[in-house]
Amino acid sequence: MMVRRARVLILWAGCIAFAAFIVARAHYITDLSAFLPANPTPVQQLLVDQLRDGPATRLILIALEQGDAAARARLSAAMAGQLRKDPRFSSVNNGEAVAGQRDREFLFQHRYLLSEAVTAERFSASGLNAAMKETIDNLSSPAGLLFKTLLPRDPTGELLNIVDQLARAPSPQSRDGVWVSADATRALAVAQTAASGSDSDAQSEAIAAIRTAFATAAGDSRQGPNKGVQLRLSGPAVFAVAARAKIERAAVRLAIASSILVVALLLIVYRSLPALGLGLLPVTTGALVGVASVALGFGAVHGITLGFGITLIGESVDYSIYFFIQSRHVRNAAADRSWQQLWWPTVRLGMLASVCGFASLLPSGFPGLKQLGLYSISGLIAAALVTRFVLPALLPGDFAIRDVTPFGARVAARLQGVRRIGRAAIVLWSVALVMLAIVVLYHDRATLWNRELSALSPVSIEEQNYDAKLRADLGAADVRDLVIVSGPDQESILRSAERAAHALQGLVDDKTIGGFESPANYLPSMATQEIRRSSLASASELSANLKQALDGLPLRADRLQPFLEDIEATRHAALVTSRDLTGTSLNAGFDALVLHRRDQWSALLPLRSAAAGGPIDMARVVAALKDAKLEGAQVLDLKQESDALYAGYLSEAIRFSLAGFLALTVLLLIALRSPLRVARVLAPLVLAVLTVATGLAIAGVQLTILHLVGMLLIVAVGSNYALFFDRQAHAEDGGSEALTLASLVIANASTVIGFGLLSFSQVPVLVALGTTVAPGAFLALLFAAIGAPAANAHAQHS
Amino acid sequence: MGALCGTVASSAPPLFSDLNEVMGLLAMRQHGRVEFIEQHFLKVLNHPVESSGELRYDAPDRLEKRTIKPRAETLVLTGGVLTVERAHNKRVMDLHAYPQVQPFVESIRATLAGDRSALERLFHLEFTGSVARWTLTLIPVESKVKQSVAQVRIDGVRDQLLKVEIRQPDGDRSLMTLRPSTLP
Repeated sequence: MMVRRARVLILWAGCIAFAAFIVARAHYITDLSAFLPANPTPVQQLLVDQLRDGPATRLILIALEQGDAAARARLSAAMAGQLRKDPRFSSVNNGEAVAGQRDREFLFQHRYLLSEAVTAERFSASGLNAAMKETIDNLSSPAGLLFKTLLPRDPTGELLNIVDQLARAPSPQSRDGVWVSADATRALAVAQTAASGSDSDAQSEAIAAIRTAFATAAGDSRQGPNKGVQLRLSGPAVFAVAARAKIERAAVRLAIASSILVVALLLIVYRSLPALGLGLLPVTTGALVGVASVALGFGAVHGITLGFGITLIGESVDYSIYFFIQSRHVRNAAADRSWQQLWWPTVRLGMLASVCGFASLLPSGFPGLKQLGLYSISGLIAAALVTRFVLPALLPGDFAIRDVTPFGARVAARLQGVRRIGRAAIVLWSVALVMLAIVVLYHDRATLWNRELSALSPVSIEEQNYDAKLRADLGAADVRDLVIVSGPDQESILRSAERAAHALQGLVDDKTIGGFESPANYLPSMATQEIRRSSLASASELSANLKQALDGLPLRADRLQPFLEDIEATRHAALVTSRDLTGTSLNAGFDALVLHRRDQWSALLPLRSAAAGGPIDMARVVAALKDAKLEGAQVLDLKQESDALYAGYLSEAIRFSLAGFLALTVLLLIALRSPLRVARVLAPLVLAVLTVATGLAIAGVQLTILHLVGMLLIVAVGSNYALFFDRQAHAEDGGSEALTLASLVIANASTVIGFGLLSFSQVPVLVALGTTVAPGAFLALLFAAIGAPAANAHAQHS
Repeated sequence: MGALCGTVASSAPPLFSDLNEVMGLLAMRQHGRVEFIEQHFLKVLNHPVESSGELRYDAPDRLEKRTIKPRAETLVLTGGVLTVERAHNKRVMDLHAYPQVQPFVESIRATLAGDRSALERLFHLEFTGSVARWTLTLIPVESKVKQSVAQVRIDGVRDQLLKVEIRQPDGDRSLMTLRPSTLP
């Protein structure tokens, strides 16, 4: 006996040490990929890339509010000036014309390769004449005057052409030199981070840098008082960082609070410190083994999985409660068999039932759910095994906990009162409840499930609306609709982007879309540049054309010598590459629209709707691209695609859950060998789930995937209750009903406390779980207790 | 600023009050509509380029310059933002961002509005003549502005502007001649 005990303990300690080793070395992921597909299709991969690293994820929207307009403009300029020097930002734009010398030099130097107007015709006599006439006419406008000094080098006005090309995107309103909202109550700016959107540590640093820059600027009142001006940030990165902090805070706070409450509860019940310590062993072992299994099985652990780890307390604390309370009975009754023989089979069956439920999460395409499934299964098995083998081995000889029989007896008396209403009435009430559920759920069937990914978002509606408002003011920087062309190298995607741009321009002209961006606007493909370069006339030809073109124009040929020199230089110069963009503000624009992953390159062409915030007829976009023979081009509506993705997970999860329920039924049929007993075990669980779903529907809560997980937990936890009542009714030595009831009520209280606390969190996913499981677990016990057959004759004697 | 007012006030008190009176007359006009012919004398060109069209003004800060010849162009200044529209092309410029463009439009806008303080923010003012026949010379204050405009000279009769001449530091200049509108 002693040898066996030592062996068990050594084995357990070895397992713990190994699990702790794995947990300590595991890689933890805190980004949002828990909600993204594990094995994406090509279109989904594009979507995932966009959601994780897309250009939109690198944008931080900066708003300055309150105070007076002059102070806001001053702070905007001061902040932007400081942030532009910060290498953590690839660009900072607040509307100030700081585009700078570097940009102008770059554009001017390469104007004959970058301007769309450059063709062979343009340098013919008639082409030159028309272009120069326009340039001269421009001189009478104040805007044209800006280019006056450039005329001898650029008589065809190519720089102005390029500036127009780049300025096609609508820009926000300006006041006092900086961007402002439509109602001019906010100064606006956009910062693009150098780090990708999925690097949440870098994003968090960037956000802190912006706050510091604001504080520094606001503290400097040399230019005037800055009182009252407030900084507000928005954008995907801001939300992600806030959400992470929120979830971490909530998880830590809730874990501490529920631990304290559960520990307090157990102390009250056990009145014994050793019992408390031992009682927490199954939970802690389970959690450790759970995290270790996930780390081994998936290579990395999602933060969110740990967050949900609290759910495990729900069931595994119960095991030790059952063990302590029920084994007391064994000793008191001086029964000839141990807890392991009398009660373990029931606990084991309940554990297997839960495993069936959680196994339905394993095939999910949602990595978050997959991990939660594995975590729960391995954690529960570990907790049950610790209860079965380790706790008895560790139990001191003089171990005693408070006698809870009187408490159980009081509960039993209450229960008798309720049961007195009679079986017929109970059945009637149950049927009525089911009918109500059917009516309510059927009535709300269209809106019952929330199929939008944003349902899981920890971002409040108010914050989402504010973000939308800023985006509208900034000129639809919302990258929602995209055309994506892919290829093996940068040149091929730039060529495709140019062809796509040609097709899209037709849609701009007929107002199907408001406009679009393309990386080729910043850097034309080599092929296009080569065509432009070879269209430049030779020195002698050009000079002859120019002489003819100047006929009737107020320009003398000798003034245009620099023009001839520049053209000749371009004819022999190298083509522009992405390396030449370095150091210009164009680089940020180009970078944001080009994705490079392994040997796959993608160019993004974000579309703007014709009316701000209006929908885009994507079918016409697809048709236009098809007409242009761009079969490889993908058209992506990010919101629709991500919602479709989530809706897919949801229906998949619902199907798998039903399959899990079926497996559970089969398991019970095998174990209990009686359809009637199985029905009695399952009825209270089904009733509890239906009641909770009905309650949520009546309260106007739309169900999400986390509510579904909650329902699985109700079945998992509740099946233990129902099985104990079943055992009570059928086992030869059922033990006193009072003891069973006491252990169940205490186990239930710990579950309700743990999950009830989740309902008070600020994180929607945790609230969903809490509001489902806390009432559900309570109802499962209540229904199981009321509906349980009176304890059978053998059981009554003890 | 105080020094400037001081000299103006002590050396030529009548002119100082004439300027105020002209400004007052101009400020009373809520709308204005005149035709313009503008000539640009640019060194880079052999002979001047000429454009013509209509100038419209609505108090206090809307100025519209519609060029009809040689190429249709509409230029609208409201609240410090200049919108240039030509054929299919529309460009919006915040004048704060283009200090070199600012004196070209703000000199005319502020004069039409009779907004002396706006003028004084950008220019040193010199007033000669009388209310019946005056000349206002504007010399930019800021060095950035000085790079594009050396001085603006406006000739007028009571609340009517007759001529606006803008001289650039490189010797180029433009001359805008105004007369009551006959356009539909």
